[in-house]
Amino acid sequence: MLTSGQLLEFANTNGIPIWVLDASIALLLSLAVFAICGLGVIVLVYMERKVAADFQLRWGPMHVGWRGTLQLIADAIKLISKEDIFPKNADPWIFRLAPTVMFLAAFVGLMVIPIGPKLVVQDLNIGLIYALAIPSIGVAGIIMAGFGSYNKYAMLGSMRSAAQMVSYEVPRALSIIGVVMIAGSAKLSAIVNAQSVWYVFLQPIGFVVFLVASLAEINRVPFDLPETESELVNGYHTEYSGMRFMFFLFAEYIAMMAASALTVVLFLGGWHGPGPAYLAPLWFLIKVFAVIYVMMWVRWTLPRFRIDQVMDLGWKVLLPLALLNILITGIIMLL
Amino acid sequence: MGQEMSKIEEAKNLTQNQILEELEEQLRVEEIEEQPDTIKTEEMVINFGPQHPSAHGVFRALFHVNGEIVTKIEPMIGYLHRCFEKIAENRTYAQFVPFTDRMDYVSSMHNNWAYVLTVEKLAGIQVPERAEYIRVIVGELQRIASHLLFLSTAGLEAGAVTPLQYYFDERERILNLFEKVCGARLTYNYMKIGGVRADLPDGWLEETLSFVNRLKKTIVDYDRLLLGNYIFKKRMKGAGKISAETALAQGLTGPPLRSTGVAYDVRKSDPYSVYPRMDFEMVVRFQGDNYDRVVIRSEEIKQSLRIIEQAIEQIPDGPILAPGLPKDIRPPVGEAFGHIESSRGDLGYFIVSDGSLKPYRLKIQGPSFANLQGFPAMAEGSYFADVVLTLGTLDPVFGEVDR
Repeated sequence: MLTSGQLLEFANTNGIPIWVLDASIALLLSLAVFAICGLGVIVLVYMERKVAADFQLRWGPMHVGWRGTLQLIADAIKLISKEDIFPKNADPWIFRLAPTVMFLAAFVGLMVIPIGPKLVVQDLNIGLIYALAIPSIGVAGIIMAGFGSYNKYAMLGSMRSAAQMVSYEVPRALSIIGVVMIAGSAKLSAIVNAQSVWYVFLQPIGFVVFLVASLAEINRVPFDLPETESELVNGYHTEYSGMRFMFFLFAEYIAMMAASALTVVLFLGGWHGPGPAYLAPLWFLIKVFAVIYVMMWVRWTLPRFRIDQVMDLGWKVLLPLALLNILITGIIMLL
Repeated sequence: MGQEMSKIEEAKNLTQNQILEELEEQLRVEEIEEQPDTIKTEEMVINFGPQHPSAHGVFRALFHVNGEIVTKIEPMIGYLHRCFEKIAENRTYAQFVPFTDRMDYVSSMHNNWAYVLTVEKLAGIQVPERAEYIRVIVGELQRIASHLLFLSTAGLEAGAVTPLQYYFDERERILNLFEKVCGARLTYNYMKIGGVRADLPDGWLEETLSFVNRLKKTIVDYDRLLLGNYIFKKRMKGAGKISAETALAQGLTGPPLRSTGVAYDVRKSDPYSVYPRMDFEMVVRFQGDNYDRVVIRSEEIKQSLRIIEQAIEQIPDGPILAPGLPKDIRPPVGEAFGHIESSRGDLGYFIVSDGSLKPYRLKIQGPSFANLQGFPAMAEGSYFADVVLTLGTLDPVFGEVDR
């Protein structure tokens, strides 16, 4: 592996300024993550369709490519070639920026996730806090979309989303304090290394609270209130079409990937698995997709809550459970 | 002269200054008045429909919203008005049957049936027994198909997408049965004045019986999947409540009325066809909320299955059309009112005849229209999400509301 010392020496001998080196490394890494994201979204959309079809006694996409594998590419071409509809009274800047903000927030959240030993873009000391905090900026994108598109349905959807995401942020953050207490670090790689026993067995309450709060955080059923098609048409992205709409879709799937990756890192032993060390990323991927499958399973089985019931669940059930989890963990560690 | 002018100017300036001062004074007062807690807030009015995924066709309403709570509902109908009652005055009696298909297009058989029943009453035609049994069988199948569609959309509106596919799978089997009987899957035009258009094909009854046996088992699973779901119960129970008094005053019929504890079912209250020979129960629930309205439909499917079984057991051989009917029916001068229990409630036809080929006047009493009356009373004051569910549980078909 290339060390930073070697890189610096290379730069010095060839007369490359250090900022160029930094910038090119950052660019390369983010491109790599972007490629992973793109691939991941393609796989996820295909998987979502096939899982949904499986649950609903149908075949799903079958015609484009082998068993419909190229369906998403066909859809992407369709969405790109669509007219970019811009509502008459919409706020031009806010309306245009919203999908980007949401996408970036979800995308940047992936930067600290370790997919193998030393396979991480930036292993921050406070990686856990970063992984919780940065993706929640996405709510700003949703509010911007709702506010900017000058549509009452979108407005209502974004308001709901703001209320929901802010209230589920709290139990979600509290549910992982137990993990930090046991691992003794907020560094994600350190947490994975500390998991000789998966934390899902040591922190069952924390795991459940975290998973439920994550579902609410990424607006999946049964908490998909911001985009309830039965009352709010499509919620915050009602007015979006074509490429901008696709970006929202992209952001949602990346957020789902990030949330399930975080679940795997915190509770399911990260890259740990039988076999040689080079299989670590594979194990990680398998676990991530297992969590995503559970999310899809929930999505295609359950109805959705009403807004007041969502709030009740967040504040009256999940928050006390998370606090109880901290208490129990603390007592056990003291004994 | 110059001095005077300057004086006048001065006076003008003075008065202007005074006016300005006064204005400032007023503004100051207003500024003080404008405290943060006296900011004028305005009610938000949401235009719902006619193109909305949950508008059940072309329903339009204005929702006055206070946050998430809908305080007032102004329904507007008429987007699917096609003048059927007037058209009837320009068609012969037999020619109007296909038009009835297009009214409640989710249960066309019942519309056919109510119309031919009224004409038979008017003209004094005796329908052969086999035709009556066939009508009961297809009528109950139609009720099942319509209720399956209702259950699927009720789930869909609550966010459960998957039950829809299961319910549609079963409904598809009914449509296949109908296709075998009359060649159509949605607008059947199957019933004819004096009987039915065609006899049942060979083996159709056995096929129906096997479908009944299948649905008897699967409907229990579907009940567990949708009606037994914790979230679904939480969403539906207690929402969109209506009392029996209000329901009667608003003229509700069918499942929405029976959910409030009023036992009114035309099949029992004013029996027609061969229903008196059938052994079945009228499903009545007492809460009058959304959940009851959903459960009633599921229970009625089970009762309809019982009726179909009995009808298949009892069906006699014989003609399917009243003998000696002229091609053009000319009922005697008079009027007749006939009604049946359609999937949505009490569906009535009132026909006035002047003895000619065409009806003098035809009036339809659609249960969807009556049920929609109760919508504001049920939904006002509840959450926006529940308003949509409440509209769904009334199961309005706008072809019938507007006609």
